[in-house]
Amino acid sequence: METEAQQLVNAQGESLTVEQAVANLRQTEDTGLRYYAAWWLGRFRVAQPDAVDALIQALQDESDRAPDGGYPLRRNAARALGKLGQSCAVDPLIQCLACDDYYVRESAAHALGALGDDQAIPALLNLLAGGAEAATPVEGKPHLVQPYNAILEALGCLGAQSAVDDIRPFLGHPVAQVQNAAARAMYQLTGDDSYCQRLMERLQEPNLQLRRSAMMDLGAIGYLPAAEPIAATLAENSLKLIALQGVLEAHLQEIRFPDADLTPEAQRVLALMDELL
Amino acid sequence: MKDSPSVDQPSSVNEDLAPLIRAIEEADSKGAMVAAVGRLAAQRHPDAIPTLIRVLGYNNPGAAVAAVDGLVALGEASVPALLEELDGYNYGARAWAIRALSLIGDPRALDILLDTATGDFALSVRRAAAKGLGHLNWDLLPPEQVSAAQVQSLQALIQGTEDPEWVVRYAAVAGLQALALAICEALHREYIATIQEQLQRVVQQDDSLAVQARARLALIAVQALPL
Repeated sequence: METEAQQLVNAQGESLTVEQAVANLRQTEDTGLRYYAAWWLGRFRVAQPDAVDALIQALQDESDRAPDGGYPLRRNAARALGKLGQSCAVDPLIQCLACDDYYVRESAAHALGALGDDQAIPALLNLLAGGAEAATPVEGKPHLVQPYNAILEALGCLGAQSAVDDIRPFLGHPVAQVQNAAARAMYQLTGDDSYCQRLMERLQEPNLQLRRSAMMDLGAIGYLPAAEPIAATLAENSLKLIALQGVLEAHLQEIRFPDADLTPEAQRVLALMDELL
Repeated sequence: MKDSPSVDQPSSVNEDLAPLIRAIEEADSKGAMVAAVGRLAAQRHPDAIPTLIRVLGYNNPGAAVAAVDGLVALGEASVPALLEELDGYNYGARAWAIRALSLIGDPRALDILLDTATGDFALSVRRAAAKGLGHLNWDLLPPEQVSAAQVQSLQALIQGTEDPEWVVRYAAVAGLQALALAICEALHREYIATIQEQLQRVVQQDDSLAVQARARLALIAVQALPL
């Protein structure tokens, strides 16, 4: 859809071209423009070399600082690079796992999972050092010492078989979302359905946040038996549709659609999605 | 649930609704609000419409879903008040109102659905409007207006299949399928070919597998039409 990127308008109703977005990211006067450009390049999957270079440079930006000392531009640039599928971003993103901004580490872990290069496995595993006991909250912050969800998910996506013993203890972590992330990764690494059953049970939780996160996990791993339970979960249709899209597309890839015909299973998921529009 | 009273005898039933409406005004938690709205909606009484519409602006998704369900169950009776609500300043309420109008399928909402499906900035609203454009109850229009209205829908839905968001394209494809069925019944069949061509294009060119799959399914349904 790269041609569409040319025609799209931003939230203020101004149109932005690829050239402008790259230029906006490269200039240093206006941090807001840079931040928006980094998001925009990821959103519209602009993977041309000058855009990727500018995003990689932005991973080391020192000028855009949040009140908490964080690096907002680095966070956005890492997220964008995760969407562009360029292997030259892997090393710079691995460096970001050492950044003292939690949210930069989180975005980098997500991006590395999405890029699918197993070179990232040792650095991700490193962040699990100390196991589930060391995974404690940071005082005065709404998060744990490391972005465990993103790390566990990335290890699952990267097929890190060697990490199974390091991941398993996180199934018993006190934070439910961390348990979910561990269950999701364990399913991806072992193919054992019992991990998905844990996630399916979470769809009945009284807490909406937990229902949402279990739903997105089931969608991300493409667990076909979860389609009906997801459709029946008490949550927003928008999120159910995204989760079902994940389930459907995993199945479509498996059956090699569009070369193959739609299976009855695929039609069943499509019917569930139609109901949610 | 009690029987739905007819529209022309509202005066006596207001007394039945009054405690239900008060329960909504006095709800002290989000959960209590959802339950109270559900009870009022279940009455399926036209006098509940103004209250149900007010709930759409309360920033309580659970309550809004219950209110939309109630308004949709009331069907055409809700439409004038919903259209009026669209002039309001509350964006959240507007999105829910469009959702209700899409589900009701009354062609009085055609203009707003056309504008919304292609022009709204919220993708969930564009999605709902695209679905609605395919599912309008064309029989409610004077026969001489049906053809022009369907062409307008067709154009907006084709535009919707090129939306940047996959879920809007998905809804537009589902809308095109429903519209093809309606056109087939209304004998404006020259447009079926246009719909098929566009669906073919989506199957071949869309970058989302889910949208491609939905377009394939739509094509199968359209090809099975008795033409």
